[in-house]
Amino acid sequence: MSFLSYLANGISLGSVYALIALGYSMVYGIAKMLNFAHGDVIMIGGYVVFVGVSNMGVHPLLAILISMVVCTILGVTIERVAYKPLRGASPLAVLITAIGVSYLLQNIALLIFGSDTKAFTNVVTLPNLSLFDGKLVISSVTIVTIVVSIVIMIGLTLFVNKTKAGRAMTAVSEDKGAAQLMGINVNGTIALTFAIGSSLAAVAGVLLCSAYPSLTPYTGSMPGIKAFVAAVFGGIGSIPGAFIGGILLGVIENLSKAYISSQLSDAIVFSVLIIVLLVKPTGILGKNIQEKV
Amino acid sequence: MKKLRKETKNNLITYGIVILTYIIVQILVATGNMSSLMQGLLVPFCTYVIVAISLNLTVGVLGELSLGHAGFMCVGAFSSALFSLAVKDSFTVAPLRFLCAILIGALSAALIGFLVGIPVLRLRGDYLAIVTLAFGEIIKNIINAIYLGIDGNGIHISLKDAMSLGLSEDGRMLIKGAQGITGTPHDSNFTIGVVLVLVTLFIVLNFMDSRSGRAVMSIRDNRIAAESVGIDVTRYKLIAFTISAALAGVAGVLYAHNLSTLNAQPKNFGYNMSILILVFVVLGGIGSMRGSMIAAVLLTLLPEVLRFMADYRMLIYAIVLIVMMLFNWSPDAINMRKRLMAKIFPKKSQKEEA
Repeated sequence: MSFLSYLANGISLGSVYALIALGYSMVYGIAKMLNFAHGDVIMIGGYVVFVGVSNMGVHPLLAILISMVVCTILGVTIERVAYKPLRGASPLAVLITAIGVSYLLQNIALLIFGSDTKAFTNVVTLPNLSLFDGKLVISSVTIVTIVVSIVIMIGLTLFVNKTKAGRAMTAVSEDKGAAQLMGINVNGTIALTFAIGSSLAAVAGVLLCSAYPSLTPYTGSMPGIKAFVAAVFGGIGSIPGAFIGGILLGVIENLSKAYISSQLSDAIVFSVLIIVLLVKPTGILGKNIQEKV
Repeated sequence: MKKLRKETKNNLITYGIVILTYIIVQILVATGNMSSLMQGLLVPFCTYVIVAISLNLTVGVLGELSLGHAGFMCVGAFSSALFSLAVKDSFTVAPLRFLCAILIGALSAALIGFLVGIPVLRLRGDYLAIVTLAFGEIIKNIINAIYLGIDGNGIHISLKDAMSLGLSEDGRMLIKGAQGITGTPHDSNFTIGVVLVLVTLFIVLNFMDSRSGRAVMSIRDNRIAAESVGIDVTRYKLIAFTISAALAGVAGVLYAHNLSTLNAQPKNFGYNMSILILVFVVLGGIGSMRGSMIAAVLLTLLPEVLRFMADYRMLIYAIVLIVMMLFNWSPDAINMRKRLMAKIFPKKSQKEEA
């Protein structure tokens, strides 16, 4: 029974990673940049909900909506101010700028909220699920996290494949120049990608903080890195890939924490990543690109 | 006097800057014009300069993005600190002991670099970056979990806790898991640091000018073309990566012997540190050793200079970083700078265009 509960927790953590990884992966696919600030957008999303629910007494659902709006505006602003001027510059320059933005967000949060850990109030108030006469209890947060992630994943896949804006995103990520010639607003599409990625980050932030109720200005950075690993794991740029990568990563992390060693769990997660990449260098669902001379 | 080559002249200027800085600092210290805070920063400066140069060898010369350099630093730091601590009582000639520590740190970092390099260098671009990041985290994670002690029966290692070592009464704990190593002899100082910086520069600059270095740079510029003229891509990549890891290990040795307590935290050996080193390299100019040195010193100095702003200093640091990147790299800013230069020095820019 304990295996099942570890597994459920792993899938729930993995779903959070998957949500973050979706943002990473979409932005990477379209702007060819590693947005290191993504993890910190999660943290900001968490703080917004914290302030809304704990300090102002707003209804949790409304707080989550506000948080999504704030993060969307934040994501688009970051893109406009810090990344857009660097379009066409070396990818490394964009990477370092993203790191600068990440420092900036962490320090703004540090100044406003202080470095002490905030106890996040769980926004999911549903009863826990009890199976096999109470031998296996799965918390409602776990279930809500998994369900929300699956719904978002399906929604996003439909959006990208069926709507005009989504098709434009695919086109821009394939070939920016050709997309522009076809009359696609490239800058607008990139901004839209950042907006979607950031609002997903807000949802991920709320779910992460509900499952692990401690919030500091550095809360987002390690899940951010892990989600990035998950995105690479599943094949960066692919939506189902990010989802599979996230779930696998969460499950491996939780199971190795439970059965092997809690100290070495990160080492195990990263070792699995390395093995996967050595066998399949573009990730599980990544596309192989033939190199031309 | 024979006319020097342009590269040689350039390299001599770089060495000159280091020596000149050293002399100025020594004068400042002797005349009492340097605060104790700044004096405490001198060895970290050397550490960061060395590791920045070493990463620049990977990023600038080899053209691959490594996000795991703090891991190699960590290996160098821990292996050498372990050695120094173990022989502290029996080997009392400090300079000689430190020399051995440096060799041990460099060799163990080189070994790990070589082992990591074999699989990692098969990958390319961002995938390589993420795998080096993963390796860096694995190294940090494992070192955090190691317990190592020594007694009459030999060396005991455990990955669980101190009790499982089973040390006898006279045994000594050397590595205490997450608490790391305490009591490393304080063998490093600014002079040794500067000597190490010069040695690092000498190794890297000469490597760039050697046959292997040129082979490595040709791989960076066009891998397929390099391969087609018979350059063994994997071999030369490994050479450069191993040298780079060894030098990062040397920086780790310097770091370890400047502190009495050494533990692997995210702050000093995690990916944050690797990223910070990358910031030095990119801001200083990819491929320019002199630039890396200057950027490493300036960016280490910046938070200290901004100390009067208390809580706002890291915020300012972040803003400065973003603004500098935008100013240096944005295509618009580059055009604006060019136009501005053309206005101020009309003749020079005309010549450049022609």
